[in-house]
Amino acid sequence: MEEFDGEPTVTWIPGVNSQKKQMCFDWGPGEMLVCETSFNKKEKSEMVAGCPFIHIIRKDIDVYSKILRKLFNESHGIFVGLQRIEEELTGKSRKAQLVRVSKNYRSVIRACMEEMHQFAVADKDSAIGRQFSSQVSILSAVELIWNLCEILFIEVAPAGPLLLYLLDWVRLHVCEVDSLSADVLGSENPSKHESFWNLPGNTQTLTELELRWQHWHEECERHLQDGTFASNPHLESLCKVLLGDDAALLEHKELLSNWYHFLVTRLLYSQPTVKPMDLHLYAQSSLDLFLGGESSPEPLDNILMAAFEFDIHQVIKECSIALSNWWFVAHLTDLLDHCKLLQSHNLYFGSNMREFLLLEYASGLFAHHSLWQLGVDYCDHCPELGRVSLELHIERIPLTTEQKALKVLRVCEQRQMTEQVRSICKVLAMKAVRNNRLGSALSWSIRAKDAAFATLVSDRFLRDYCERGCFSDLDLIDNLGPAMMLSDRLTFLGKYREFHRLYGEKCFVDAASLLLSLMTSQIAPRSFWMTLLTDALPLLEQKQVIFSAEQTYELLRCLEDLTSGRPLCGEPDAQQLQDDDIETTKVEILRLALARNLARSIIKEGSLEGS
Amino acid sequence: MVLQHKDWHAFALVQSRLDEEGRRIFFAIGAGLFVPALPTEENWLSAATVPHKKISKTRWRPLPPGSLQTAETFATGSWDNEENYVSMWSIGDFGNLDSDGGFEGDHQLLCSIKHHGDVMDLQFLDQERIVAASSTGCVTIFLHHPNNQTLSASQQWTAAHYHTGPGSPSCSNAPCTGVVCNNPEIVTVGEDGRINLFRADHKEAVRTIDNADSSTLHAVTFLRTPEILTVNSIGQLKIWDFRQQRNEPTQILSLTGDRVPLHCVDRHPNQQHVVATGGQDGMLSIWDVRQGTMPVSLLKAHEAEMWEVHFHPSNPDHLFTCSEDGSLWHWDASTDGPEKSSLFHQGGRNSTFLSHTISNQANVHQSLISSWLSTDPAKDRIEITSLLPNRTLSVNSLDVLGPCLVCGTDAEAIYVTRQLFS
Repeated sequence: MEEFDGEPTVTWIPGVNSQKKQMCFDWGPGEMLVCETSFNKKEKSEMVAGCPFIHIIRKDIDVYSKILRKLFNESHGIFVGLQRIEEELTGKSRKAQLVRVSKNYRSVIRACMEEMHQFAVADKDSAIGRQFSSQVSILSAVELIWNLCEILFIEVAPAGPLLLYLLDWVRLHVCEVDSLSADVLGSENPSKHESFWNLPGNTQTLTELELRWQHWHEECERHLQDGTFASNPHLESLCKVLLGDDAALLEHKELLSNWYHFLVTRLLYSQPTVKPMDLHLYAQSSLDLFLGGESSPEPLDNILMAAFEFDIHQVIKECSIALSNWWFVAHLTDLLDHCKLLQSHNLYFGSNMREFLLLEYASGLFAHHSLWQLGVDYCDHCPELGRVSLELHIERIPLTTEQKALKVLRVCEQRQMTEQVRSICKVLAMKAVRNNRLGSALSWSIRAKDAAFATLVSDRFLRDYCERGCFSDLDLIDNLGPAMMLSDRLTFLGKYREFHRLYGEKCFVDAASLLLSLMTSQIAPRSFWMTLLTDALPLLEQKQVIFSAEQTYELLRCLEDLTSGRPLCGEPDAQQLQDDDIETTKVEILRLALARNLARSIIKEGSLEGS
Repeated sequence: MVLQHKDWHAFALVQSRLDEEGRRIFFAIGAGLFVPALPTEENWLSAATVPHKKISKTRWRPLPPGSLQTAETFATGSWDNEENYVSMWSIGDFGNLDSDGGFEGDHQLLCSIKHHGDVMDLQFLDQERIVAASSTGCVTIFLHHPNNQTLSASQQWTAAHYHTGPGSPSCSNAPCTGVVCNNPEIVTVGEDGRINLFRADHKEAVRTIDNADSSTLHAVTFLRTPEILTVNSIGQLKIWDFRQQRNEPTQILSLTGDRVPLHCVDRHPNQQHVVATGGQDGMLSIWDVRQGTMPVSLLKAHEAEMWEVHFHPSNPDHLFTCSEDGSLWHWDASTDGPEKSSLFHQGGRNSTFLSHTISNQANVHQSLISSWLSTDPAKDRIEITSLLPNRTLSVNSLDVLGPCLVCGTDAEAIYVTRQLFS
């Protein structure tokens, strides 16, 4: 067990006095149910009015922010696009694509910031407005970190251009904090320098550049020592700034909004060709100088410092602790993983860091009322545990309408998750049965290929038929097609209905042989044979002979099978005796009809053969 | 606060759109040649105004008869949120055309009203009134007041659709899945297999057919005025005639064997016997309800559920479909050369008028059968264009009016174009 990296946060449950009462809880995906228990140690305590509520405690609260939904939706699209970047792409084109993806992510963050800022301004004085502005500053910090990571890890800027990127970075972010700094930075970044940087062009090497810069630097220093500007303290101070003198820079600390602003300014005037590897030295000393022991570094400072130290894992760890959502770490880690920067790192839980963070983020989405669809793609791109996770989440999505159910089913069917398809269809079939929608229930069990349930529903149909004497839902039963083969009972239902149709259409011969085959092929359940035999009666009574002699023998055999096989059970009561009476009469009538038909068919067949 | 790089967002979207393969050519079973289509992604008015809700339905407000305006107001409904809304949007004026011919700026939200349950369907009754079908089984008429831009519920039929089962104590609500309007008549269908006929001025249903279908009814459309056509979850089309007192369909058509659920239906605007349906397998079926019980043609289309199909109202050789697989397609059957009657291919009002008169005697004029019904693969070409560049989540709904198309997705985005035929 690793030690905690920070104090666990305490969440107070409103209305519960944890000093006096005990609580119970249950885990859910991304959330927790908490309520007061009546459990007490020994003595029966006085009945204190407790808290009558069950509380839902959510882990990833940012998922529920209305404006951040834009971030989630749009970054989902970028994420999916990133996963499609072909592995074969190497070198420059791959890097260019990854940088573009990173910029897309940042642009979405910025768009959200902008929208949230508008809300914050519109609602300045209310608590909601303040909440929005604190969100804006969080997003702004997130973008700042992302941008620095982009420069250092994705762009992998070499010495020289590195400083240019850092300058842009500071300019972009410091401007937001204070528009005054924009002017300051503008003035501290004279055109002299711009042209100075443009000068080298493509022909000059870094060493040559360094030489020239050294030359210019020495010249400045000489001027300072010679006291060229001694007459004017302002000019002298300016010259010191140009030389990157720490003390001179710190004198104007109020113009530098923060330590990384100081860092970049310092580098610009003293180490323009700073190497990536040396960056952390300057960063550390800048932080120390800037804070001057007055205050201790904040989480953001630590994160930036970790980035300057090229310690990716530390960056992700610190961010995970500091931020209230998984969005940032999950997407950044995934992007860095695509840059092949995280291969070696394995966790002692889950599979690897990328997957762990993506799945944490996805489970937050699944817990959300309507963002669950986004979570699916994140699971898809976690090769090790993604599928299992998706299987567990997808079954727990509440199915309010069939349309929603169809969307969930589509997700499962696309991924051959047969078990989940079956369970979702079963839920829907069950619901339909409860609503007396047998047709729908049958359709769902056919879709799930759930033979047992199809049998159950078919029995309901047959029972209804026996009670009412007519079929319901003919539109469905008449069009079962190959689906009829799903279960024997369903086949029987379909065939039996076909018999009724043939009979109705006066195709008596076909109807008769179908009826017989239902019994001889054992498709019809035995309990239904008497009904079938009774159905044969009108056919036996027709003017023309329908059942042949052979068929009549078979009918007789069926009847005998049925009557002889009946078990005798205990003392019959009055009702049963009466039932038996009716049954006996039925059998008598049937026997009579069969005998007469047999006689007629023998005569008919004999005379036909004779003629 | 100064935000630099303000336009990055839009820029990023354009970039990725240009990088992706924006146009694809698709082949249909049993059909002949297909011609590559022009990419149309530049025509999107605004890629994504995010309303922060999954969009279930988008509908253009109808234009006043004889109007020469183009569509500019549409309604949307949301689904699967804790709170759902019916909203009205405006796509603004032509003023801010930018240098690339695209439009800057977003569609503007005019007004919203909370809707109880998912919005399952949405149809304009007239220019001011819009009918919403709810997953709670309720049907509501909302009135749009253009003067102060508000929406209000003007009439409601609660529990228009409900289950009566042994498991439910009294009766539980069933989602209403489809609505069709022909002012003042409103027909609704639901998961309960029930068909309701309402009149905008009547409190009670004028006619109800209980157990009209043993499975779920997914959509409904008017065929001829007293006749409606429904599609269900076992691949059947049923035609109902309200003049008949019997609660039985006058005709049943079905896909053979497979029982693939049908999710949407639309009738050809001029030839009332021609009907298009979309199925769970993404297949587009064209039916001639006068002939046979099987579709005239089956066209392999999307990879997942086709949620909506629409003939272009004034240019019916064009058809539009959208799907769960995140795609939106434009089917163009007008490109079949000069040997066919040119009446149908000119577009515009004249041809609409002519073909309408002809359709009454279509049997006589064999040469004028719709391009959708012809079954000669050698002669016919249907050009299919994929209209949305980036596929992600389901496109749930679309609507076309004149040169304008609007669609809404589960990725919480609305797409609008005003240059369908450019």
